[in-house]
Parts: sequence; C-alpha cells; structure tokens
Amino acid sequence: MSEGHSTYTPRTGIERWFDARLPLPRLVHDSFIVYPVPRNLNYAYTFGGILTVMLASQIVTGVVLAMHYTPDTGLAFNSVEKIMRDVNSGWLLRSLHSNGASFFFIAVYIHICRGLYYGSYKSPRELLWVLGCTNLLLMMATAFIGYVLPWGQMSFWGATVITSFFSAIPLVGEWIQQLLLGGFAVDNPTLNRFFALHYLLPFLLAGVVTLHIWALHVVGQNNPTGIEVKSTTDVVDFTPYATVKDAFGIIVFLFFFAYFVFYLPNFLGHPDNYTIANPLKTPAHIVPEWYFLPFYAILRAITFNVGPIDSKLGGVFAMFSSIAVLFLVPWLDTSKVRSAVYRPWYKVFFWLFVADVLFLGWLGSQPAEGVYVTMSQLATLYYFAFFILVMPLLGLIETPRRMPHSITEAVLEKRATSVKAEE
Amino acid sequence: MADLSEPETGTDEHTLLAEAPASVEVDVASLTPGMSLVVQWRGKPVVVRNRTEQEMKDGEAVKLADLKDPIARNANLPADAPATDANRTTPGKEALLVMVQVCTHLGCIPLGQEGDFGGWLCPCHGSQYDTAGRIRKGPAPENMAVPVFQFTSDTKIRLG
Repeated sequence: MSEGHSTYTPRTGIERWFDARLPLPRLVHDSFIVYPVPRNLNYAYTFGGILTVMLASQIVTGVVLAMHYTPDTGLAFNSVEKIMRDVNSGWLLRSLHSNGASFFFIAVYIHICRGLYYGSYKSPRELLWVLGCTNLLLMMATAFIGYVLPWGQMSFWGATVITSFFSAIPLVGEWIQQLLLGGFAVDNPTLNRFFALHYLLPFLLAGVVTLHIWALHVVGQNNPTGIEVKSTTDVVDFTPYATVKDAFGIIVFLFFFAYFVFYLPNFLGHPDNYTIANPLKTPAHIVPEWYFLPFYAILRAITFNVGPIDSKLGGVFAMFSSIAVLFLVPWLDTSKVRSAVYRPWYKVFFWLFVADVLFLGWLGSQPAEGVYVTMSQLATLYYFAFFILVMPLLGLIETPRRMPHSITEAVLEKRATSVKAEE
Repeated sequence: MADLSEPETGTDEHTLLAEAPASVEVDVASLTPGMSLVVQWRGKPVVVRNRTEQEMKDGEAVKLADLKDPIARNANLPADAPATDANRTTPGKEALLVMVQVCTHLGCIPLGQEGDFGGWLCPCHGSQYDTAGRIRKGPAPENMAVPVFQFTSDTKIRLG
C-alpha cells in the first residue's frame, strides 16, 4: 500500500476475476501479508492489534446485549437484571462487555504511552496520531454513554454531572445541555438518545480506526529506535512475524481479561450502580469509572476563579484541555530525535508523567477536600507542564545519546552487547 | 397521563411530570416548622421547607458582602434582586423556602440540614449552602434556584 507498487499476483481464475473488479485479495495481501514492518518491534507494538480485537468484541457482545435490553427508565434496570439471570449466557455477555470497556481502556492507555515514549507522533505521523486521539475521544464518549444505560444510581448521577459540564459554557451551555438531555433533567428522553448514540458511536469509531490503520500503512510503523526504515534488512514481512507476535500478545492480554470476566466481574464496577436510579437522591460519594478518574481529578482541582472564569467553567475547561492537548503533541515536541531511548531527560519526564497520571487517578477516587485538593492541583500542574513546557523546551536543550545509523545497526549492536555480557 | 395535580413525592420511574411546561400544586398545610417536603417538578426535586425560628434568624443575620453569589436567583423577582433572606422567600410567608434542590455546581442533590451553615451540603463536591439556600462554601457558583411559583391559597403552592 505504501510503496504504491504491489507484489500481489493472482494465481487462480477467481482471484484474477476479483482482482479486475474489486481487488480485495490484493489489499489483504499488501496490507497484512507482505506489508513490511520494522524488525525490532517489541510487545508494546502489539496493542494496536489488541485494541482491534477489543473493539470487535465490544461490538459483537454489545449487539447481542441490545437485543435483550430495553431503553426505558421504567424497564432498563430490570432488563439488565434479566440479562444477568434469565438470558442464556447473559451474565457472560454483560461481564464481557462491561469488563471489555475497562480492558479497552487499559490497552488504549498503554498504546498511547507507547506512542509518547517512542515519539510515534512526529513527522510524518502527525495525522496518524491525531486520528488516534479522535479514537480516544470517541471511546470516552461511548464508554460514558454506555455506563448510563443500566440506569443505576451511578448511571443517573454520572450522567447528571457530566452533562452539567456543558452548562458551564457561557451563552450556549444551557441550550447544549438541554439538547443532550432532551429536557431539563436526565430522564427517559436522555436514556433513549444515549442508547441510540451508544449503538452509533462504536461504528464511527470503527470508521476512524480504519482511517488510523490506513494512515499507518501509508507512513509505515515507527519502532523503538525511532529511526526510519532505510533498507530491506530493516524490515520483516507482516506475516508471519507480526501476525504471530500480535496473536501471542492478544492471547496473553485475553488471559488477564478472562480472569476479570470470570473471577472478578464487578471488581472494576461500583456497587451503587446496582441500586436503581433515583432522581431525588444522590449517592454520598459519586465517582466515575476508573478510566476517567485522572480527568475527574483535574476537573475537581480547579476550585478557584481565574479572572472572569469561575471555578466551574475553569474545571470543565481544564478537563477538556487535558484531552485536547494530546492532539497538539506532534507540534509541541521540538526534539529532532523521536525515541526516548536516545533522550536521557525526556525519559525521566515521561515516566514522571506516567506516575503523575496514575497519582491523579488515585486522587480522583478520593473525596475532594483538604490535602487531596492541593495534591490534585500540583499533579494537574505537572500534567499540563509536561506538554506545554517540557515538550517544547526539552527538545531545544537536551543532548541526545549517539544514535545508530539504521534499525539493522541498532539490532546488531544490541545483540553484540548482550553476547559480550554473556561472556 | 399522570394526574398533574398530584405532587409526585416518590421515586416513580415514569416521571411524566418532567415534561415542560408542567405545573404542580403542593399542599403545605401539614408542614410544621422544621419539616421539609420534596416534590418532583420538571424532573427535578423541589424542596419546600418550613424553616424554624433559628433558621430564619440565621438567614437574616448574613451580610450580603459575605455571600459568594449576591443575587437572589428568585424567578419571581427581578433578575438583579439582591440575595437577602427576604428575597429568597415570599413576603408574608418568610418561613417557607421553596427551592429547586439541585446543586448549582454539577447538578447533584444536596442533603438538607447539614454542613457548616445549617442549610444544605452537596455530597458530590462539598458545596455548602445556608438556611436560605445560598452558596457559602465550595465549588458551586450560584445560590440554589427559587422556581416560579405562587400561593394559590394560604396553604397551597402552585409551581410553574
């Protein structure tokens, strides 16, 4: 696909017939069989495949769940309980789907960290990165909306709080909020439109994923050295090398997934969501799903007014900015060197950033008071500083380590040092 | 259709009352000082509290300068009316506070007669309101809203 010349030669009559009309076998051959991948890809590079499997799994389980679910405020909660008790294998479908959302996010966060570490967003992969950020946004919207459908207490109050974010926007905020809700409060119209959107968004996601993979196959994969492919010794064929490695990564990942599905199905959920939604009573301690906790902590960290922006709008703005800033990463990082392997200081700041996000996640699960607020503010500060200060400035002042000239040289060097170490 | 003259106090899932522009009639005859009742209006809880002498005294004692939001937020008064205790209620009926019991931060339902100011405390993000439902502490930007309502008789209120 990327080279513009294909090595596919149809062998049978049927293949020739198809190739002249709809060259689908050629596309598969060029994209997933002889497609060249860097020879030094590690297991961090299997998460793209893992994510594709998770998306497919979510769509399949979701479609079947939709056959048994009723999007009506009076029936939704009970229809989910019916799925758990009466529908054949319904418990399994629902456990796969709800835990699947969590594991989808685990995979996507690792996938993003991989990209940040190896500089996979740098030219010519800016668009690939931006499409990936769009996927993250779609995933977040889909996951939030999906969590509302069981119509438990957390569903209801999560929906209330999150749709209220929009009311912070000046002038049009209330109008947007009422449009989202289909009324003045979370109610039956909200549930109906959320169900419709929860069915629609994954297919939009699949569409953007296709663009993401297309863009990837145009520019080719980055690799742990961040050095572009220069010769045929730098690459191996997608099949069998990447196929087998991806398959192994997927299987290991599915082991962890299955452990949660079968042995800890509610570990990542919240018990309050097994209480039916009550519009007149807010649970004492509301928290979003774990994968939103860092962003939730950023939202709550803004407790002060900044000029004309009050604390409410400021918090919402900070939270949306924490995602928006990801889109700008290709243009914020000024370093000529892609991979953190050759960037001694970036490596430190990167791992600090990962620790910071985990810390924010923990803070998001704590009550918003006292020392937690101060810690959230400091962690939020570093979150943004990493993108807005560290990325642009470090690229200008950091002295990178000596880099090999090619992927092949890097691989052989590594082999030589490991052989030496053994002697 | 549900009978709209009946106040919806339970947690019925089918809240037909949520449809705008529904109005609800509330009988407050049985409310003795220190009692509150909650009705559902446009899908949201509206509290009617018969305030105690002490609560009213506390509400009146607050200086406007100490308020985070100095506007009354009373839909029955001009938009710029100051948030005095009297402007939060109805003339001659100062004991009865009628208010949409929804936190102005992100829409949770504050708990009544809790917090440092003896009014309402939001469990979500810790906003605290005084005995007149005015924001005193925490992330919420505004006083809780007083909805459009009128006394149709001495003991009956019509919301909306």
